[in-house]
Amino acid sequence: MTLSTTPGRGSTRPAPKRPRPAHNLLLHYLICGLVALVMLLPLAFMFAGALKPNADVLADGGSWRALIPLHPTLENFTSAWERSNFGRLLLNSLVVCGATVGLGLVVNSMFGYALARLRWTGRNMVLAAVVALIIIPFEALAIPLLLMMTQLGWLDTYQAQIVPFIANPFFIYLFYSFFLALPRELEEAARVDGAGPWRTFRSIIVPLSKPAYASVAILSFLMTWGQLLWPVMATRSEDVRPLPVGMSVFQTLPPLQWGDIMAFAAMMTVPTLVVFLIFQRAFVQGVAAQAVKE
Amino acid sequence: MSHTTLDKPAPGAPPPPANRPARRRTLSGASSRGRVAALLFSVPAAALLAVFLIFPFVSAVVLSFTNQRLASPLPVEFSGLENYQRIFTDAQFWRSFGNNTLFAVIVVPVQTAVALALAVLVNRQLRMRLFFRTVYFLPTVTVMAVASVVWKVLLLPDSGLVNGVLGTLTFGHLHPGWLSSTSWAMPAIVLTSVWQGVGFQMVIFLAGLQAIPASLYEAARVDGAGAWQQFRHVTLPGLRNTLVFVINVTAIFAFRLFDQVYMMPQFPGGPTDSTRTMMLQLLQTGYTRRMIGQASAIAVVFFLFVLAVTLIQRRLGREERAVR
Repeated sequence: MTLSTTPGRGSTRPAPKRPRPAHNLLLHYLICGLVALVMLLPLAFMFAGALKPNADVLADGGSWRALIPLHPTLENFTSAWERSNFGRLLLNSLVVCGATVGLGLVVNSMFGYALARLRWTGRNMVLAAVVALIIIPFEALAIPLLLMMTQLGWLDTYQAQIVPFIANPFFIYLFYSFFLALPRELEEAARVDGAGPWRTFRSIIVPLSKPAYASVAILSFLMTWGQLLWPVMATRSEDVRPLPVGMSVFQTLPPLQWGDIMAFAAMMTVPTLVVFLIFQRAFVQGVAAQAVKE
Repeated sequence: MSHTTLDKPAPGAPPPPANRPARRRTLSGASSRGRVAALLFSVPAAALLAVFLIFPFVSAVVLSFTNQRLASPLPVEFSGLENYQRIFTDAQFWRSFGNNTLFAVIVVPVQTAVALALAVLVNRQLRMRLFFRTVYFLPTVTVMAVASVVWKVLLLPDSGLVNGVLGTLTFGHLHPGWLSSTSWAMPAIVLTSVWQGVGFQMVIFLAGLQAIPASLYEAARVDGAGAWQQFRHVTLPGLRNTLVFVINVTAIFAFRLFDQVYMMPQFPGGPTDSTRTMMLQLLQTGYTRRMIGQASAIAVVFFLFVLAVTLIQRRLGREERAVR
């Protein structure tokens, strides 16, 4: 498990080529290792706690035993799954994330393409407006959106969690700058062959732009999967509630059982962890792409 | 072809050459057909942006001057600056603003410095460099709600691992109450936030570090610069734009603080408001107390703050180009 690729011009690393003194190198490894330990400890604690009998989580809490399940059991997982209705929450999160990310990729990339390549009057003005919209944080819109959802009768539905988040000016801008940098020759060849804009987009642009789609998908997924403030406002029932809200309810649900809560946390983390380890490259590029944000 | 190889526009720069003279006839011949296509490509996203971004944004401003409530039969009336007056004379609002500021004052320098240190640390040629990078980035993948709950247990005063370690290291002299103490609750939230977020900034710094040409380091070494001098005179100036960006993002993030203060204390914002933040205030005013008008005023104040931070960032970015 390694971050195999680093964003940007990976080949020009300013790494010193001269051999460095051994004690220096040892110190370097020591510091790196210590930091790694600190970063991993909470995750190790979470997985260990999930595998322990409930009473042991707090009893072992203050010592090295906190990190080692001496009497491992899978009971917490079954109990947390049933008590929290985890299957339903997971389904809700998957539906909301899947729809938001999927529909978002389609409409944002199409708009990005129209801004980068098609010619129409007012395009530059619209582009400037999209760029200006990037700085509006969602929190500034949450209250009017809540009023709007109430008036539309959308409270406590999937669409209240999906529709407002599909179009995103930052993603439109990312697609726009990616398309702008693509060579035009292929498109022109397609045009000569008689392909219209839609066919050119579908069969030439989209296949060439997989990295952009991957980065936006990952960013969009991370943002949607972790959302808490909006679903706290917009959902009431277990039928549509996503995992983070489920977690906030479950952690106060009596009887308070820390093993179960850690099992819930572990079940919620494993899928993203696996996805991350498989698609590290896109993750890292997606994050680094944020720095482009203007 | 990764899209991070695109040149980053410098902060404040006009968006990339949208307005360069477009080549004639880039797309299918008939221009009316082209216009229809452009319309069809733009309409879905543009309509969604108009309805779910621009409209609510304008609404927030308008609503902040009214007494609008959520699901109430009372007629909506224009109330002038009353909402602003009310929030600016509300001790709880100032308490949350103060907490956000405190959080920002600690987290912005700490998280930026740690992220930069980690980036420099793993940018050297080490055999396990890639492993360390991955490990440092892992917490970012855990959702804040998960991080909050795990740290809540780690920080339990009497049976938490953190106090267990602190007790051993200081022979029992240091025993903070963390989330049950009004003075330690904020540090607990800082700790959680930095752990979860620092990998994110590290990756951005790594991208910045790798954009610094190796020849600059060579030249510095030829001039006899040591490691610290190289950092001071090559790395830091080379990272200036990245630094400004990271600080900007972290400052805005500090004023959006919500998940941790909602999940970690026994009651959101507790104990006794010591972790109450503006976003919690927004939720409780607009959602719990159903005062849409007043909550909109909080949203507007919050937006003006974000705007100010962003404008400062652009200003700093521009200065740098002037120097070059």
